[in-house]
Amino acid sequence: MVPYAGWDMPVEYSGITNEHLAVRTRAGVFDVSHMGEIEIAGKNALAAVQLISSNDASLLQTGQAQYAALTTPDGTFVDDMLVYRMAPSHFMLVVNAANTAKDFAWISEQIKTIGDVAAIDSSSRYALIAVQGPAAREILQPLATIDLSDIGYYHFGHGEVAAARATISRTGYTGEDGYEIFVPPNVADRLWQAILDSGRSADVLPCGLGARDTLRLEAAMRLYGNDIDETTTVLEAGLGWTIGWNKGDFIGRSRLLEQKERGSARKLVGFEMIDRAIARQGYPVLSGGHPVGTVTSGTQTPFLKKAIGMAYVPSALHAADTEIEIDVRGRVAKARVVKLPFYSRS
Amino acid sequence: MAYPADLKYTKDHEWMRVSGNEAEVGITDYAQEQLGDVVFVELPDVGRRVNAGESFGSIESVKAVSELFAPVSGEIIEVNPYLKDHPEAVNSKPHETWMVKLRLSDSNASGSLLDSAAYERLISA
Repeated sequence: MVPYAGWDMPVEYSGITNEHLAVRTRAGVFDVSHMGEIEIAGKNALAAVQLISSNDASLLQTGQAQYAALTTPDGTFVDDMLVYRMAPSHFMLVVNAANTAKDFAWISEQIKTIGDVAAIDSSSRYALIAVQGPAAREILQPLATIDLSDIGYYHFGHGEVAAARATISRTGYTGEDGYEIFVPPNVADRLWQAILDSGRSADVLPCGLGARDTLRLEAAMRLYGNDIDETTTVLEAGLGWTIGWNKGDFIGRSRLLEQKERGSARKLVGFEMIDRAIARQGYPVLSGGHPVGTVTSGTQTPFLKKAIGMAYVPSALHAADTEIEIDVRGRVAKARVVKLPFYSRS
Repeated sequence: MAYPADLKYTKDHEWMRVSGNEAEVGITDYAQEQLGDVVFVELPDVGRRVNAGESFGSIESVKAVSELFAPVSGEIIEVNPYLKDHPEAVNSKPHETWMVKLRLSDSNASGSLLDSAAYERLISA
């Protein structure tokens, strides 16, 4: 167990490799109750979300979710988040545990002049259990009162799971199909057990933070604090697709527009090692022997069986197949820029 | 897992199997358990001389990297070629999977290391 944003969380249950492969080939279950939930409701809820989020929330139907940046005036990240439209004038933001208090304070401050809208930190009302992998639906369906095949990707529905009132969202942080289930905390344990029981024949495995990190990295999903933070812009992070340029103004828009027109000096790229070495967060990136950037995430991935990573590098080094070097504890190891994601399910 | 009585142990969780003036060096079951799935073992060139306590390589799991320390002084006379493609052997058979063979500078130097009973006390403390 490790302390993580005020929670004690397991890094692994049966081994990161085991757990990682279970999710890619069968299914894994994660307790991600540490994630924060901030709800925004009231007549002007949409206007409030449009102001603070990079993405265009007006495109969301009730029952639909989108990935977005919670932006600073500089177009960098207060946080990244999923925006759920619960009702026409009710949104729920799912944010990083370590940032929840900061996000809530930020959002409250930004929307206070709008009127007819309120934000609440409802994190303590939800436990969140994720079932991820190709067998996720067959494991979860017998426990659910609603037909899971009715829930499209990045959509959600309400029903009962293991006799508990639940919001079931077809989202995840692994690169696999799967579901994230919001339930009241007092039934989380029952739901967890029910999923393990239902998944026994599919050999579902409980998965910890370690596998969550290697899975998301293979899928090139950014991790706040590693790949994105208050010093990296949405465009530099390669997340321009989360920007709703046509929705009108939002915090950070003018800076992002400026950067879009001028081009960003650096960008987050994926790389794989050519030499036998593993790049890790914080290792310097070199080009022709000179430091040009820093590794933001890196590991040896269990499924692809390659040493991969992401790093911010100057624009001249963005193109796939560009050779770069990583300073691995004083030894220079060759790597090559590759297209993201490293892994995508077929 | 039992800690074999024919091995000598260090506080850094390496083991050494001495025969004559040579010794195999590996990491203990406790160490591999702490590291998790080993994916890469970086070993020195044959011929390199190392001092007791000096780092001679590194071992990487999915989650972390750790240095390997020489239990005693000596010269690297062999590195385990099997580990290049089978680093996971460190997890499955830690006390049989040696990483390097050393020619000892002082064949009595292993006397300063822990025996299996003392090592077991160290890790259960």
